[in-house]
Amino acid sequence: MSGYTFAEKVLARGAGQDSARAGDMLDVRPDRVFSHDNSAAIRRIFLETGASRIVYPDRVAITLDHAVPAPTSQHAQNHAEIRAWVAEQGITHFFDVGRGICHQVLSEEGIVLPGEIVMGSDSHSTHFGWLGAFGMGVGRTEMAALWATGELWVRVPETLQITLTGKPKPGVTAKDISLHIIGAWGADGAQYRSVEFGGDTLSYLSPDERAVIPNMMAEFGAQNAYLPPDEIIFEYLQSRANRPYTAVYPDEDALYSERQTVDVASLSPIVALPHSPDNTTSLADVIGTPIQQAFLGTCTNGRYSDLEAAAKVVCGKQVKIRLIVIPASAEVLKKAISTGVLQTLVDAGASIGIPGCGPCMGNHMGIPAPNEATISSANRNFRGRMGTADAPIYLSNPYVVAASALTGMISDPQEFLE
Amino acid sequence: MRTRHRIWVYGDHINTDVIFPGKYTYTLKTPEEIATKALEDIDRNFAQNAQQGDVVVAGRNWGCGSSREQAVTALKYCGIRIIIAASFNGLYFRNCINQGIYPIISPDLYQGLKTGDTIEIDDEANLIYTNSGQFPIPPISDNIRAILNAGGLVPMLRERFNA
Repeated sequence: MSGYTFAEKVLARGAGQDSARAGDMLDVRPDRVFSHDNSAAIRRIFLETGASRIVYPDRVAITLDHAVPAPTSQHAQNHAEIRAWVAEQGITHFFDVGRGICHQVLSEEGIVLPGEIVMGSDSHSTHFGWLGAFGMGVGRTEMAALWATGELWVRVPETLQITLTGKPKPGVTAKDISLHIIGAWGADGAQYRSVEFGGDTLSYLSPDERAVIPNMMAEFGAQNAYLPPDEIIFEYLQSRANRPYTAVYPDEDALYSERQTVDVASLSPIVALPHSPDNTTSLADVIGTPIQQAFLGTCTNGRYSDLEAAAKVVCGKQVKIRLIVIPASAEVLKKAISTGVLQTLVDAGASIGIPGCGPCMGNHMGIPAPNEATISSANRNFRGRMGTADAPIYLSNPYVVAASALTGMISDPQEFLE
Repeated sequence: MRTRHRIWVYGDHINTDVIFPGKYTYTLKTPEEIATKALEDIDRNFAQNAQQGDVVVAGRNWGCGSSREQAVTALKYCGIRIIIAASFNGLYFRNCINQGIYPIISPDLYQGLKTGDTIEIDDEANLIYTNSGQFPIPPISDNIRAILNAGGLVPMLRERFNA
């Protein structure tokens, strides 16, 4: 009898069973469910079911982040509906405009903990794997069902194990590791499996960097992605977790559908070209490509270490094109203020936005003009993603975004770091 | 019971923008309106001529891209109740079940078939018969069958809350 994967263990627990195997169909009770600006639309589906009260309002979190503060009267109306719903239903965890992006805020607030199951009506809910939690994206109908019943059917996924080996070279980040994986195996490479990471590379990655990997696995077609929590994670949570948790680890003899190894030590910075995150190439191949706007932010790369990386590159220099910096949360913003990172960015000519998703999905705060190219630290570069169909988007790590802002073309940050 | 179905055949990696274009996401709201745009960019005949009981047959990674639920609604309101694909995008697969559409994974069935052909489905023997042979229907669990039988997740919950 072989052992169990992370997904098998955690989903069995969520279904109240002793064990489960890939392929089993379970009714799972997540520890936390969350939504964002789409909560008003979910409320309408919820009421259609005939339910009237959210069954576990203390397990529900709502963060306003996608279009904040409201750019139009319609968005404002949507936010108002959600605030009224939060009050009516007694939803415990509500984060209003300016607190930050749902994935970042729920991590900072200790709302999701290792070994827990969290379902979010956002495709990047895979993010929570950075804490060793099972994070899964669901549709709006499914979130309505979760509010109404507290449970959802889940097919236990097969697992792809990826071992990351070696220390990343200077200038190579978790973003490059993620883009490498997506580029190597394609946007459907995970085939809706669970992706379990392991290997010595993780010990070189800070909490801020670790979050990038499972976040990006949404672009790999993963159902969830998992990093084994260690002392770095436990320390991060020490002042944040206000309830006990039990980290869950896969068995050594777990049954995997596939195993892969990535030699991280040999990787160089990577850029994803328009119009898909799996359309990757080496940074060296695209140096000199003209860019009109640089965007640093999002749930992928809007954390403190990302702002700090950009500050190192632009320190004492002036940007040549628009550099839009949007911290992923108010906590990130406060830290960047207290350390002087924000001062450095503003001195270099950056525009600082209110914590939230910013222009990532084209709502506001940095929509490009037709034919303007953006280099972005986000996770998606689909055609039209930032609100304009004929505006190409390049994805890269924060160092490359900052260096490109200084020159108006895709640039190697190393020349500014020495 | 063994039933006959006319089929509509499509290829690999058909994304949800093709099944229901994103530009209509916020302008078309009723399922009947949504259905008029089904597969508009690859097959204009489909929305006009699909009939109740027709089956969509596709290749790999059907429904990839955005998780928008309208990409299932559009086919459902054209009369589709069953989609057979070599593989499905995970979110699309879930959206099918939650809307009462039966997604059948059959890796090889689509090869050699064309739009307008007929197939037969035997839901007791769990077999699909095509002009090139017979193909097994993978088993589904009781809880998924319950959702499908109710017509989807919302009607199932409605039964539960109004019972």
